[in-house]
Amino acid sequence: MPKITIDGEELEVEAGMTVLQACEQAGKEVPRFCYHDRLSIAGNCRMCLVQMERSPKPVASCAMPVGDGMVVYTDTPEVKKMRQGVMEFLLINHPLDCPICDQGGECDLQDQAMAYGMDHGRYKENKRAVEDKYMGPLIKTIMTRCIHCTRCVRFSTEVAGVTDMGLIGRGENAEIVTYLDQAVSSELSANVIDLCPVGALTSKPYAFMARPWELKKTESVDVSDAQGCAIRVDSRGPEVMRVLPRLNEDVNEEWISDKARYWVDGLKRQRLDRPYVRGKNGKLAPATWNEAFAAIAKATKGVSGSEMAAIAGDMADCESMLALKDLMTALGSANIDCRQDGSKVDPTVRASYTFNSTIAGIEDADALLIVGANPRWEAAVLNARIRKRHLMGKFPIAAIGPAIDLSYPVDWLGEGADVLAEIANGSHPFAEVLKTAEKPMIIVGSGAAARPDGASVLGLARQIAEASGAVSGDWNGFNVLQRAASRVGGLDLGFAPGEGGLDTAGILDGVTSGSIKVLYLLGADEIASKDLDKPFVIYQGHHGDAGAHVADVILPGAAYTEKDATYVNLEGRVQRGQLAVFPPGEAREDWKIVRALSDVLGQTLPYSTLAEVRQGLVKANPVFQGIDDIQAAEWGEFGATGGVSGAFTYPVANFYMTDPISRASATMAECTDEILGGGEGKTGTDG
Amino acid sequence: MLADKDRIFTNIYGFDSPWLDGAKARGDWDNTKKLIEMGRDKIVDEMKESGLRGRGGAGFPTGVKWSFMPKEIGDRPHYLVINADEGEPGTCKDREIMRSEPHKLIEGALVASFAMGAHAAYCYVRGEFHHEIASLQKAVDEAYEAGLIGDDACGTGWKFDFYVHSGAGAYICGEETSLIESLEGKKGQPRLKPPFPAGVGVWGCPTTVNNVESIAVAPTILRRGADWFSGIGRPNNVGTKLFNISGHVNQPCTVEEEMGIPLKELIEKHAGGVRGGWDNLLAIIPGGASVPILPKSICDTVLMDFDSLREVRSGLGTAAIMVMDQSTDVIKAIARLSAFYKHESCGQCTPCREGTGWMSRVMQRMVTGNAHVDEIDTLEEVTRQVEGHTICALGDAAAWPIQGLIRHFRPEMEKRILDFQARSQAAE
Repeated sequence: MPKITIDGEELEVEAGMTVLQACEQAGKEVPRFCYHDRLSIAGNCRMCLVQMERSPKPVASCAMPVGDGMVVYTDTPEVKKMRQGVMEFLLINHPLDCPICDQGGECDLQDQAMAYGMDHGRYKENKRAVEDKYMGPLIKTIMTRCIHCTRCVRFSTEVAGVTDMGLIGRGENAEIVTYLDQAVSSELSANVIDLCPVGALTSKPYAFMARPWELKKTESVDVSDAQGCAIRVDSRGPEVMRVLPRLNEDVNEEWISDKARYWVDGLKRQRLDRPYVRGKNGKLAPATWNEAFAAIAKATKGVSGSEMAAIAGDMADCESMLALKDLMTALGSANIDCRQDGSKVDPTVRASYTFNSTIAGIEDADALLIVGANPRWEAAVLNARIRKRHLMGKFPIAAIGPAIDLSYPVDWLGEGADVLAEIANGSHPFAEVLKTAEKPMIIVGSGAAARPDGASVLGLARQIAEASGAVSGDWNGFNVLQRAASRVGGLDLGFAPGEGGLDTAGILDGVTSGSIKVLYLLGADEIASKDLDKPFVIYQGHHGDAGAHVADVILPGAAYTEKDATYVNLEGRVQRGQLAVFPPGEAREDWKIVRALSDVLGQTLPYSTLAEVRQGLVKANPVFQGIDDIQAAEWGEFGATGGVSGAFTYPVANFYMTDPISRASATMAECTDEILGGGEGKTGTDG
Repeated sequence: MLADKDRIFTNIYGFDSPWLDGAKARGDWDNTKKLIEMGRDKIVDEMKESGLRGRGGAGFPTGVKWSFMPKEIGDRPHYLVINADEGEPGTCKDREIMRSEPHKLIEGALVASFAMGAHAAYCYVRGEFHHEIASLQKAVDEAYEAGLIGDDACGTGWKFDFYVHSGAGAYICGEETSLIESLEGKKGQPRLKPPFPAGVGVWGCPTTVNNVESIAVAPTILRRGADWFSGIGRPNNVGTKLFNISGHVNQPCTVEEEMGIPLKELIEKHAGGVRGGWDNLLAIIPGGASVPILPKSICDTVLMDFDSLREVRSGLGTAAIMVMDQSTDVIKAIARLSAFYKHESCGQCTPCREGTGWMSRVMQRMVTGNAHVDEIDTLEEVTRQVEGHTICALGDAAAWPIQGLIRHFRPEMEKRILDFQARSQAAE
C-alpha cells in the first residue's frame, strides 16, 4: 500500500485511490464541485487543487492517483489562494440571486463560497446570461447559474444510460442542453437535481415551495416499487413537501426513481379521510368509525369463514397484513392472498419469490438472463445496477420478451415462452453461456410469474438455474423481480391461502359464483374482476381508487409516509418506514383499524401496541427479526412442469402510473403526457 | 548561419516537385529499409542522442518521448499521431512541409512508427488546410503505390498505414489529448493527465503525439547521424528549426535556420529587416501567440532557442516570430490575442472558461484606457489565477501574453488610462 504524506501527516492508503480520497481519509476537507463518487472523474471545476512536492503545477486531487512517497499540502497559503481564485471565477458569471434560488440553504456553491471564497468580487464586467432549457416536467432549469461541472451529463450517460444531455458550445458559451430541447427520457432523470451543486437544475414540482431549513426530515423507505429504496421524506406541517434519496449502498446507492420522488403530490389528492358506508340508495355516504364497523359487523354476521376472503394490495405494510391475517384466521377463513396480480410464486419456498442474488450481488454476476421483465420500468434503480455491471464489462445479457430499450445492450432471444423451454432443455445456445458463467443470474419478471402458466415458467426458470449452476454455495442466481412493496413481506408472514384456502384466482371465481360473500380489500386496487359488486366489499386504504369505488364500507387508512411500518423489499430485506406526517382527517394507521375492527367483531386480536404487533411478525416468521438484513432463502422445489407457450408481455404499461398514489399525482400525469408522448395532439377537451 | 549542406528541408519553398520523384532526388526514401534495420532501440537511442526537442512548442525531447511507449506490443496496438493542427497564430511551418516536403513527413512517420511498434499513423491536419490535405494525401497515395508504405513498407516486412484526418479548425485540437478526443470523433476537449497518451491514448491504446516538424526531420537525423544534428546550435538547443517571421518586416518568410541564432540576425538576414530599420522595432513575440512579448531591448541580443528565451521569461514555442514596429498599438495587439483565447477556450475547466472572458474584457478596456490603474494589478493577478490551474496549457497560453505586456509595457498602459481619465474629465 502506498504511503502518502498529507500536511505532514503520513498515512497508508489503498493503491488506486485518488489524492482527494486519501485527503478525506486523512480527515482533510477538500472542496469540490465536479467530483462525485459514483460518476467518472471530470476534473474540470479545479476546486480541489492541492500542492504536491516535485510537481511544478498544483494538481487536481480528484484526478490524481496516489503514488508512493507523495507529499501533499492542502492547507498552505498558496492552496488557499488557488481556491479563492477558482471560487472567484465560478462566481463571476454566477448570478448572486440566492434569495430567489431554490437551492439556497443546500447549495454547494453557497457553502463553499462562504468557506473558501473571498469577501468581495473584483469582476466589473457584465455577467453572462444563458437561456433556460426545457428538460421535462421534473427538472427546472435556470442555466445562468450553471457552473459546467457536467455532473448531470455524466449521470445521464453513465448511470441512467441515456444520451439526452450534453455540453455544447465552448469557452464562455458552453451550455448544458438536452438533445433538441426534449425531456430527459430516463426514469432516473430527477437525480440530476440532487447532483447539481448549484441551482441550475432544481425540482420543477417543488419550485418555490419551501426552504430546506423549514422542513422536518424523516428517514423512510419507498414503496413505489419493490426495491425499498432508502428515502428521506421532507415535510412541513401536515404536508409532505418532497422526497429525496438516502444513501443505501446495498439497495439504491443514492438514486431513486422519478416516481418515488414525485408521486408525493398524489398523497394530497383523492384521499380517503373518513369512513364511508354504502347506503340504501347505493351511494357511498360519510360515516363515523362506529357506523362503519357496525355495518361490517352486520354484514359478516352469520357468514361462515369460508365465505369470507381478503386480498392485500401492493403497498400494504406488514403490520396491517399480519393483523388482517390474524383476524381472518380468527374468523375461520383461510381465503387470504397478498398476490393480487395472481402471481404463481410458491409461498412456501422463500427462494421462489425473492431476488436471491441481492441487488448489490448483481455486480458479482457474470451472465444474465431476463425472463419476461422490464426492469427499467419495474425496478428502475435496480436496472441502473444492471447497467453498472454491464459497464464493468464481460457480462452477457439476454432477455426473453418483446425487445425494449433497457439502457444497456441486450441479446433479445425472442418474445415467446418457448425460448425459455429451449434454454431449459439445453438446446438454445444461451444455455451454454449460463453454464460457463461462474455466477449466472436469472431474473423472472413478476408479470411472467403471474401468467396462467406462471408456475411452469417458474419451474423452467428453476430448471435453468439448477442446470447452469446458478444455485451453489453462497451464490443463488435465481431471482424474481417483484414490483409490489408488500409482496415479499406478505408472503413472508403468510398472507397466503391457508389449509384449503383460496388464492386470488379462486377468490375471484368465488366472487363471480357468489360463494364469497364478504371480501376484504387491504389497499387492493388492481383486482381483475367485474363482479366485485356482488359480495360485501370492505376496502381499507388511503386513496379513492378502484377498490374504493366498489366498496360497501371504506375504512380510511394511512399512506406510507403516515405510518411506522415494516416492508420487506424484493431481496427479502426487512426495512422500516417511519411516520413523517399524520394521516389526514379520521384516517388511522392500518393495523390499528384492523385491531379495532376485531374488537367489534368479537375476535379481539392479542396485541394493542406496535411493539406487540412486531413481536407477532417475528413469531410469524423469524426473518422479521433482522431489520435492514437479508436472511438468505433456502432453496427448494417449486414451480410446475407443464408446458409454456405464448409471448411474454410486460405488466407495467405506464411507468408513471402504477398504483393509487401515482394515479392521483398531477406530476405523474404530466410525466405520462410529456415523456411518454401522450401529449401529442392534445385538444382543449382533454382538459 | 546555417550552411546549405546542413539544410533538412531543401524544398520548403516548393520550387521543386514535392512528389515522389522530386523527393527521391532530394534524398528522401533513400534506403529507408536500412534505417528500419537499425532496430527499434537503436533508432530511439539515436533520436535521444541527437538532442532533438519537440518542435510543437513545449520542446520535450523527442527521443525520450518515443521511449515512453511500451517496449512490447500488448493486446492493444500502438499508434503514432501526428499533430498537424498548426493553430498557433503566426505559425506556418507544418503547412509548408505538408505542401512541399510531404514525403519527409511520411518517411518520418514510418520510421517513428516502427521505432514505437505502431502499425498505423494518423495525421490530424487542421481543417482549414485544404490544399495541404490534398497534397499530403497525394503523397501518401504515391508512397502506397511505390510500396514504401503499406503491408510491406520499403520491403522490411513492417506493415504500416498512414491516415490523413481532417480536423474542423479548433485551436484546442492542437493540444495532444484533445486532438486524440477529436480524432476519436468526440468533442475536442483535453483529457486529464495522468494517464498520459503513451499509456492510454487514442482509442485507449498507447499513443505518441508528435509535431509534423519533429517527425519530418527524423529520417534525415538518422541518415546523417545524431552527431551531425547535435553539432548544430547550442548545447541542449541543437539542430535546425523552421522559423516563421511575420509582421512588420520587409520580407515575411519561413526559413530553416540553426537553433540559437540571434533574433536580430535572423530578422535582418532572412526577413529583410524590420520595416523602417531595427531602431523602429517596438516588440517581438518570439514563439507564436502563446508566449510573452519581448521589448526591443531584449530583442537586440536574445538568441532564438528554448533556453535563451526562457531566461528572458518568454519561450521559443513554435518559433513563429511576430514583429511589431513603433506604429503598433501593443495593448490592442495583446487584446486581440486575448479575444482569440476567449474564443478558443474549450469551456471545460473553470479558470480558463471564466478567466479568458474576464481577461479579454478587461483588455478591451485597457485598449481605450477606460480603466483604473489598480486594475492592471487585478488583471495581473487574474492571469496568475488562470496560469497553471487548468487542465491543459491553453490557460497558460492565455495568461502569458498579458503577463508579458504588463511586465514590459506597464507605463504604456498607465499612460493610456491617465489620458483617458484626463479626456473624460475635460469633457465634463
